[in-house]
Amino acid sequence: MSEELIVARGLTKKFGDFTAVDGIDFSVYRGESFGLLGPNGAGKSTTMRIIGATSQRTSGDITILGKDPEKFGPQIRAHLGVIPQKDNLDEQLTVTENLYIYGRYFGLSPKFIKGKVDELLEFAQLEEKRDAKVESLSGGMKRRLTIARALVSEPDILMLDEPTTGLDPQARHILWDRLFRLKEKGVTLVITTHFMDEAEQLCERLIVIDRGKIMAEGSPTDLIKRYSSKEVLEVRFGSEKNEEIAEKLKDKCERLEVLPDRILLYAEDAEQSLEEIMKSGMHPKTSLVRRSSLEDVFLRLTGRTLVE
Amino acid sequence: MRKVAPAGSRLVLEARLTNMKKFATIIFMYSFANPLLYLLAIGAGVGTLINRSSGGIDGVPYLVFLAPALLANAAIQGSMDETIFPTLGGFLWNKTFYGMNATPLGGRQIALGVYWAALVRNVLTVVSYYLVMMAFGVLKAPHAWLAIPAGILAGAAFGAVMLAFAGNVKNEDHFFTFVGRFIIQPMFFLSGTFFPLDSIPLYLRWIGWISPLWHATDLGRYLTYGHDIPISLVWIHILFLVAMIVVGLNLAIRAFEKRLAK
Repeated sequence: MSEELIVARGLTKKFGDFTAVDGIDFSVYRGESFGLLGPNGAGKSTTMRIIGATSQRTSGDITILGKDPEKFGPQIRAHLGVIPQKDNLDEQLTVTENLYIYGRYFGLSPKFIKGKVDELLEFAQLEEKRDAKVESLSGGMKRRLTIARALVSEPDILMLDEPTTGLDPQARHILWDRLFRLKEKGVTLVITTHFMDEAEQLCERLIVIDRGKIMAEGSPTDLIKRYSSKEVLEVRFGSEKNEEIAEKLKDKCERLEVLPDRILLYAEDAEQSLEEIMKSGMHPKTSLVRRSSLEDVFLRLTGRTLVE
Repeated sequence: MRKVAPAGSRLVLEARLTNMKKFATIIFMYSFANPLLYLLAIGAGVGTLINRSSGGIDGVPYLVFLAPALLANAAIQGSMDETIFPTLGGFLWNKTFYGMNATPLGGRQIALGVYWAALVRNVLTVVSYYLVMMAFGVLKAPHAWLAIPAGILAGAAFGAVMLAFAGNVKNEDHFFTFVGRFIIQPMFFLSGTFFPLDSIPLYLRWIGWISPLWHATDLGRYLTYGHDIPISLVWIHILFLVAMIVVGLNLAIRAFEKRLAK
């Protein structure tokens, strides 16, 4: 087993009466990309801030690079690259100036940073924007600059909180491509997301969190195998009829979930389930056969959908 | 483990200066145009009328009386701008302080770094004001140059308190209205700026006593033209301003640290 970079045991964070993180255990190993998947308000960002050594836990234990963040905050932060949920670039400065001053915050020498800037700009595909004011960049560009900025200190762990929330599909794909390259280079990534496709694309191993607790842990394929069937059939009969028809569909699949707008039937062969439904004289308004995803895992574990 | 750079506030100062360079022309113009305009309009204009009717104030021409107050006021306003805006920006607008805090820097270094940058601006403001005053010939005492450190002290005092204040602002909605109406305006008019403090009724005079502008103005008058006050009062002025720095900075550091640790 490779080196454990982050070890959390019974990690808990309370804000007054509210328990944001409720006694969670996990480890992150060097070189892996580790995900925290859960809906908004699940406790992901709070966990990230504790790992980021800026917010302190209420109880439990955590070490990052073998150190307690309560005692060694600045030393730990010197090894982290943090990409927060909302970009906090200096909008008045240019792209290059942002990279430069951020490197200086780590106490890196001007010479070192200047040598690094070109490489970072190339990685972020921002060479042509190097002297542009950050204010003038698009959302996707700002996001890539924030990632490049976090890499200036050559961190051991790169932490991404909801890296693609708020980006359009094209910008998301560019970003995923960049992150995938980092993963290939062996950078340790810790990613929070409430997008199951993002988790499937980027995370080798993940924990599913809901209301501050870990619901499951494993690789995306593992989790799908464990908690869902191979395929899913989605049918719609119209919002009033779904409940009533669901009763009749129970024997056509392994398991089913009734959502307000559609019914999900879990089966090894979803095509066949659809045929059987048609044969028994029921005709859904729309139908869709797809592979199981982490969304289904989450639904199974919590009875709720990820994006509500 | 990597070593953490010592004196991180220096790195924050560096970033602030990079940022301030973007506004260099404005800052520079403001530093000279402001005193020039004030001294010409009020000092020379209104002053002529006052001198003609009463022979000046406090035994000196009106401009000589007024200039030290305007110097102190400029120092105070400049330091306020340079602490309030970066702090609201860092916590509320761009949230750059959270980015800084994701590096080895902590709330203490961030607060101090912003403060050092405000002091740099403050020195520039005070020195340029002093030069303009010199050109107007209103510096009468041989040790008038001491008005420079005194002015810097005034800016530093007010800046420290405003840093702490801005560090606690969660919502800017009424912040500027509040600061303008309840701090800046009363302070500007009731600190013995345009007329001696003892010429206003006693029930308003306390505003002057707790106002850094009055302490700095009275001190400035003592230094620039020998305004007649007991030496004990000179020390009270200095100690009052120093106390504001100590209290302000401590509160600011605490506010920054607490807020970033959420």
